[in-house]
Parts: sequence; C-alpha cells; structure tokens
Amino acid sequence: MDFVAGLLKDAGLGGPPWLVVVLAVAIPCLVILMFGAMACLIYVYAETKLAGFFQDRIGPKRVGPHGMLQTVADAVKLLFKEAIFPAGVDKFLFVLAPCLVNVGAFMPFLVVPWGGRLQAADLNVGVFYVSAVASLATVGLIMAGWASNNKYALYGAMRSAAQIVSYEIPAVMVLVAMVILVGSLSLQDITTAQLGGLQNWFVFRYFPLNIVAFLVFFTAGMAECNRAPFDIPEAESELVAGFHTEYSGFFFAMFFMAEYTEMFVISAVTSVLFFGGYLAPHESLQVLGPIPLGWFWLTFKAWTLMFVMMWLRWTLPRLRVDQLMHVAWKVLLPISLGLVVVVSGLVLWKPTSLGFPWDRYFGWPLTVAVVAYLVVGIFRAVRWSRRRPQELAAS
Amino acid sequence: MATALKLDSGAADWRVDVDSEEMVLNMGPQHPATHGVLRFELKTDGEVVKAARPHIGYLHRCFEKHAENVDYPGVIPYTDRLDYVASMGNSLGYALAVEKLMGIEVSPYVQTVRVIMAELQRIASHFVAVGTYGMDLGAFTPFLHCLRDREKILDLFEWTCGARLLYNYNWVGGVSHDLPDGFLRACRQFLREYDAITVPELLDLLITNKIFIKRTAEVGVIPVDLAISYDLTGPNLRGSGLARDIRKDQPYCGYERFQFDVPVGKGQFGPVGSCFDRNWVRCVELAESSKIIHQALDALERMEKTDVHEKVPKRVKPPKGEVYFRSEAPRGQLGYYIVADGTGVNPYRVKVKSPCFTAMSVFHVLAKGMYIADIIALIGSMDVVLGEIDR
Repeated sequence: MDFVAGLLKDAGLGGPPWLVVVLAVAIPCLVILMFGAMACLIYVYAETKLAGFFQDRIGPKRVGPHGMLQTVADAVKLLFKEAIFPAGVDKFLFVLAPCLVNVGAFMPFLVVPWGGRLQAADLNVGVFYVSAVASLATVGLIMAGWASNNKYALYGAMRSAAQIVSYEIPAVMVLVAMVILVGSLSLQDITTAQLGGLQNWFVFRYFPLNIVAFLVFFTAGMAECNRAPFDIPEAESELVAGFHTEYSGFFFAMFFMAEYTEMFVISAVTSVLFFGGYLAPHESLQVLGPIPLGWFWLTFKAWTLMFVMMWLRWTLPRLRVDQLMHVAWKVLLPISLGLVVVVSGLVLWKPTSLGFPWDRYFGWPLTVAVVAYLVVGIFRAVRWSRRRPQELAAS
Repeated sequence: MATALKLDSGAADWRVDVDSEEMVLNMGPQHPATHGVLRFELKTDGEVVKAARPHIGYLHRCFEKHAENVDYPGVIPYTDRLDYVASMGNSLGYALAVEKLMGIEVSPYVQTVRVIMAELQRIASHFVAVGTYGMDLGAFTPFLHCLRDREKILDLFEWTCGARLLYNYNWVGGVSHDLPDGFLRACRQFLREYDAITVPELLDLLITNKIFIKRTAEVGVIPVDLAISYDLTGPNLRGSGLARDIRKDQPYCGYERFQFDVPVGKGQFGPVGSCFDRNWVRCVELAESSKIIHQALDALERMEKTDVHEKVPKRVKPPKGEVYFRSEAPRGQLGYYIVADGTGVNPYRVKVKSPCFTAMSVFHVLAKGMYIADIIALIGSMDVVLGEIDR
C-alpha cells in the first residue's frame, strides 16, 4: 500500500487524500486478483502437460501453439456454461461457498513479499494472518457440501473439514517454530533474516531440524489444499467429485481456481519460510541491471514447489481417511511439537546464533545433491521417454 | 478341502433402525468407480459401511434368450459382448463347447493360434484390471501406462481380424482369419518390450508403492474357505491361496503343451486373500501369460500350417444332447451349458456360468464394517465386468 501510494506521489498524481488511499488499496488488490486468476491458466496448462509427460502421452496440443490456449478455451467454455442449481440446494449458500473459498485462497496474497517494498501490506502478524485466512476456505467447502443437497458432497465436506483442521495444527506448529527462530511474525522480516545467499536459507540452517520442519510444513500444506495423495475430499473414484459434485459452469471453475491459487500460496509461504522468499541464491543475482528480480525468484521457487506437488499427484495413490488422520495426528503432530520444544530451547541457549556450527558443511552440498538429483532424474526421464520408439524401431 | 457351506444372505443387516445416525448412500449405477453400471446400496454410519447390497441388471441384454433365436455361429458375436474387456476368452469357451458337442477336433495349429489370442487377451484384460484398480485408489498414471500397452495388443488383434474389441474370431471349428504374415515377429517385438519394461515398470510404480500396499494389504480379506463357499474362481480364488486353474487342472485347447505356473496369493504384506493378493496374482499372471505366448510362438514356427477354416462345418447342427464346458477366462471360470435338441440350427438353451456374477455374491459379507474408500478397493480387486454379470 505504501509502495503504491509512494508511486502515485512520485508520478505527481496528487488528488484528494481519500482518492490516494482508495487507489493505494484498489491497485494492489486488482493486481493480486489479476495475477492469481491469470496464473491459474498457466498452472492448469502446466498440470495437464506434466500429467501427459508422466503418463507417456502428449497432453493438450491442438488449441494454440503446443495447446497453450487450451486452458483459455476451457475457462471461456466454463464461463458460458449454464450454472445448474439442482433441486433442493440452498441457493444463497450454494453461490456463497465458491466465493468464500476464493476469498480464503486469495487473501494470503496480501502479505506475500515479492521484494523489499513489493508487498501489498507488511502486516506485523503476517504468518498468523496467513494461517488464519487460509482456513476460511474450509468454511466455504463445508458450505458447498451442505448446500449441495447431495450425500457425496456432504461426505466430501465432512472429510475436508476433518482433514484441514487436522493438518493445520502441525503446519501452525512449524510456523511457531520458525517464528521463534526469527523473532517476528512478519513475512518481510522472515525473508530478510535469511539474507546472505543460499547457505543462510532456513532450510539449510539448524541442520537437520529445519529440513524436517520444511517437510512437515510442505506435507501439511499439500493436505490443506486437498492435493493428491491427500485429495480425499474430492476423491473422484470414491466421492464422484466430493464437495463440488453439484457445481457446474463458472462456480466449478471458481473451485478450481481456488485450489490452484491455494497451491501457489502454500508454495509461496513455504518459499518465504524456508527458501529465502524473494532472495536470490547468490546476491549477484538479486538484480538484473536496474530491474530487481525478487518477484522472479519468489515465483520461481513457488513454481518449483508446485511442480513437486504435481509430480506427487501424478505418481502416488490416495490415502484412506483413517490413514490420513494417522499421518496428521501420530506422525506430523508429534514431530512438529518436538520441533517447537527443541527450537525454543535453542533460542534460549544461543539467541543470536544463525545456526549450528556444522551448518556450512551441509547447506551447499545438500543443495547441490538435491538439484543434481532433480536434474539427473528429469534428464533420465526425458531420455527414457524419447528412447522407447527408437528401441522399438531397432529391434 | 471339506468346508461347511457358509452363506449369509445379508438380510439381517437391513433391519430398519430408526433412531440411529445412519444414512443410505446410493453408489452407482453412474459412479466413476463401480466399473460400469453396478449399483450399491450402502448403509453408512459416517465413513463406515454397516451393510451393503449390490444391485445388478442395468446392463441386461437377454444374452441367453438371444442365443436361442440365432444359429450356433450367430451366438459368437453375442458371447463377445459378455465380458467386453476379454472377448477372445468368451468366444473361445463357446466355440470349444460347441465343438465338444459336435465332436470336432481342430488341428494343433489352430489350437495354438487360439492360445496365443486368448493369452494376449488375458494380458490386455489384466492391464485394464490392474490399471483401473490403481485409478480406483487414486493413482492415475499406471492406468494410462497400462492402456498404452493394451493398445499394442489391440493393434495385433486388429491386424489379425479387423476388430479391436469385439472380434468374432473363434469360430466353431476354427478361427475367422489366419495370423497375418509377420505376426510372429510383431508379437515377439511387443513381448520383448512388455517383459523388459512394462511389467517391471508397473510393479515399481504401483504394486510396490507403500500407499498402495497400505490401502490394499489388509482390506477385503477372503479366507480360502469363504472363497470356496461363495464359488470364487480365477484370480479371486487364487488370491486366497488356492492354486486352481482350469488350464492346468483340465487342460483344453492344447494348454497341456505349455509350461507355466499358477500364481497364488502369498500374503506378503498382510493376511492371505486380501485385495493386494488378488491384484498381485493378476500381476504375476501378466508374466505367466507372456511365458505361454513365447512358447506358443516357438511352437507355431515349428508347426505345419493348416487352413484355419479346415474344420469349420458348412452347417453347425449338433446332434441331440447337452454339454457343459468350462474354460479359464481372465476373470475366472467361464462355463457354457448348451442344450441341443437335434432338430434345428439354433441352440435349445445356452446358459452361462459367469465368474463375475458369482464373485459379486460374496460382496455383502466383506463390505460390512469397511470404510467407503475400502469398498472401492474391494470392487476393484474383484475385477468385475458388468457385461458378464448382467449378460
């Protein structure tokens, strides 16, 4: 907000003070909404293409170059489709539910820092705010399930309520641990606490505590946005489509948009907490001439994490309801509680420490190992998928 | 193995219970995971199923009545439509039954061609079974890998007889088309990739996945005596640990000439007879079928070629009599009971003993006390095809 207000002032667009305030609020909101909605098209396209790659097929190809306009066409189709209200739905709640889910998905954007000043609002309760508004989506999901007047939808809603409430606890515990380390709830402060290149990113500090924290948080986050293998609220082979069984047209599209936006938010928050947010892996990469690259690095990191989410979705089967709860309550929760205790002890013990003395032996090698693993894996997968026809022709 | 017949109609589970918090959930006939148009009535308490009742008949097409009104060869296209995922096996059973009734003995060449086709069809059918099972449990990718390789088998079929799903291939006294030139080479090429890549990949990606094991290994356990009581056959019975396979026990169509094993469920990760074991048996059978096809291809090369229409009668008119013939279809023991009155060219009666239909009968016993998600896992592990249940 301040950033936009400053820009307005610099551009000489003075006016009545109320106009400046309105613009300073409206412009970031519009930018966020536009970015969120438009980026969904990219995510859906990426997901379909990736699914095609994993499944040894081509994926969308016809609409536009390499099928890039496929999602645009889908969105347009959904926009023009009739929104069907089945008999017995509670119309008000039925319409309100997808809106509420979207509100829950988009509101965390407010505090995501894209750069030193490029942040809609630097709330001093940022982390708390994220976890609070993100759970608004649950209300929307339950509302959708209840208003649909459909048993499958109701099952989906009850499952999602149980799941999100359960997984929020380990996620919040990890947040608490990180907040204790940084000493601030602001996402901006958490990012700047990781200044100084890749080895200072939290995921590589306090080895192996923070790696565990990252895994717990990312798993819980994946469960919170109902992604496979935790997609039981919409388990298509069990509950038809779960809470959005009865939705059609643009209401359905809104649920879809919310899901992908939530994925991005979880990935972005994970990047901020563990991968230095908008910070570049090396300080020399932070700017390109006059252009600050913070937004690029955050998007890059978040999209990489989203790729991991998609990768898991197209690889793993789905957990069962009780197994899901088992993971949340008997695995993730004890680990995260333990983390809080250990981290609190650490802070008491050495409040100014940037990490354990052995951290510098792990940061870079670990990064190199993970990146090498990914690169080699992707390279091998591509070669493998290319080799099959050749092998066949040779035999 | 002498076991007392343990049958339970399931009627007691449906007593009206007004004050409880139970809900009747209607699963199907248009549900993504009921493998066609099967419908379940589930009495649920939250996520737990208290009672289940399968409703069948949504795909009833009067096969047996049709069969009485067309001549003997005319029934074959209808048999293709029984189990439309494994048409070759159905028409093979029917053709062999009529041949037995008429006393026709086809040449070893035709027998071997039939075996190759039946085993390729078994692979294709098990691909669908294992692939859709993965999809039922939420793993989408193995399904498409399976279908990708099933296409190659269908290509072979199309090359041979022009059809990809409903072949009308096994005729009374022969087969409709001889194998085309180069079929053996193409089939070997397919098997090479299949043995080296497809099956190991499938095992890696799906069967040994920890979540998959967790979802299946202790779910839907059918002890061997229950399996016998409810007349399960095929992979469902072998999953319970009993090695019964008609190809071995009462060889037909020259199966006695081939070496292969009958896989049984071992209960690697839980009790024997679980969903995992039934699925595991199918996966091992994928490899066993490949073994049989390899041997059959080798045998064909050494064999003298005969006309595949050599023994096809001009007019199929069996003498008065009746025959029951059973064969090992991909889904289990498929029996044809045919009565000929000796006067007309139409069968007097054709009765099908369908493996999926009997497999469905044990469902309500197992479903009691399961989670809804396990119901899906159970249906998938039984590998039912509604075309064959409803006929």
